[in-house]
Amino acid sequence: METVLFYFLAAITVVSALLVITRANPISSALMLVVCFLATAGIFAMLGAMFIAVIQVLLYAGAIMVLFIFVIMLIQTDAGDLKRRAITFGKILGAVAAVYLAIILGIAAWRPPFIEAPQAGEAFLLPATMGSQLLTTYILPFEILSVLLLIAIVGAVVLAKKKI
Amino acid sequence: MIITVHHYLMLSIILFVIGAIGVVTRRNALIIFMSIELMLNAVNIAFLAFARWNLLIEGKMIVLFVLAVAAAEAAVGLGIIISIYRNRQTVYVDEMRLLKG
Repeated sequence: METVLFYFLAAITVVSALLVITRANPISSALMLVVCFLATAGIFAMLGAMFIAVIQVLLYAGAIMVLFIFVIMLIQTDAGDLKRRAITFGKILGAVAAVYLAIILGIAAWRPPFIEAPQAGEAFLLPATMGSQLLTTYILPFEILSVLLLIAIVGAVVLAKKKI
Repeated sequence: MIITVHHYLMLSIILFVIGAIGVVTRRNALIIFMSIELMLNAVNIAFLAFARWNLLIEGKMIVLFVLAVAAAEAAVGLGIIISIYRNRQTVYVDEMRLLKG
């Protein structure tokens, strides 16, 4: 059951990711990216991270993708003036180098032990553990993160504004 | 047939490399940006897989921070793309060759 579910979600993720980078129109790329993020949320849930899966759907498939589609629709006049794609030597070289990276990483990761996931305790699975960790051990990164988000909000407004 | 941590790692590697190929081959800045989001997602899968197999909560915490930083990065990056488009009327990175605006 778990095996079937894993291969199902992994296939959806990989196929939609391939479609993201091959579609000419950015709108269809964005919609494929939503599919990819939803399937990834399923993978996260399989790994026992329910809270992360929910956040993935809300934040990525919801908020960030809406932002993306807004921007695409703001700056794209019509689908007719999409530039033709050209295959150059540099692109082929880049793609081959990336596949080489995949092979190297795969060989590096493929070592024993090949074991099933250990039985997870209640503390690992509950989001409450993450919440209490966030406000005790990780309180400093948490606060820095809130400052970072504030800077990002102000920065995005300043960048996108016409005249300051 | 059991699912080991290697399956998740292979999925993560494949997704990361698809994202990397998107970054090096596409010219539309928006699609390059989406490929970067794909790569971030792949890293999150690897983090969560290791967290699950070692039963460490730290992996989950890092993924939470990565998600928040990715949200901030998306907002700022799209702001930059909009401001480039306003100045140069293009989103294709091969047309952005000059440092002066």
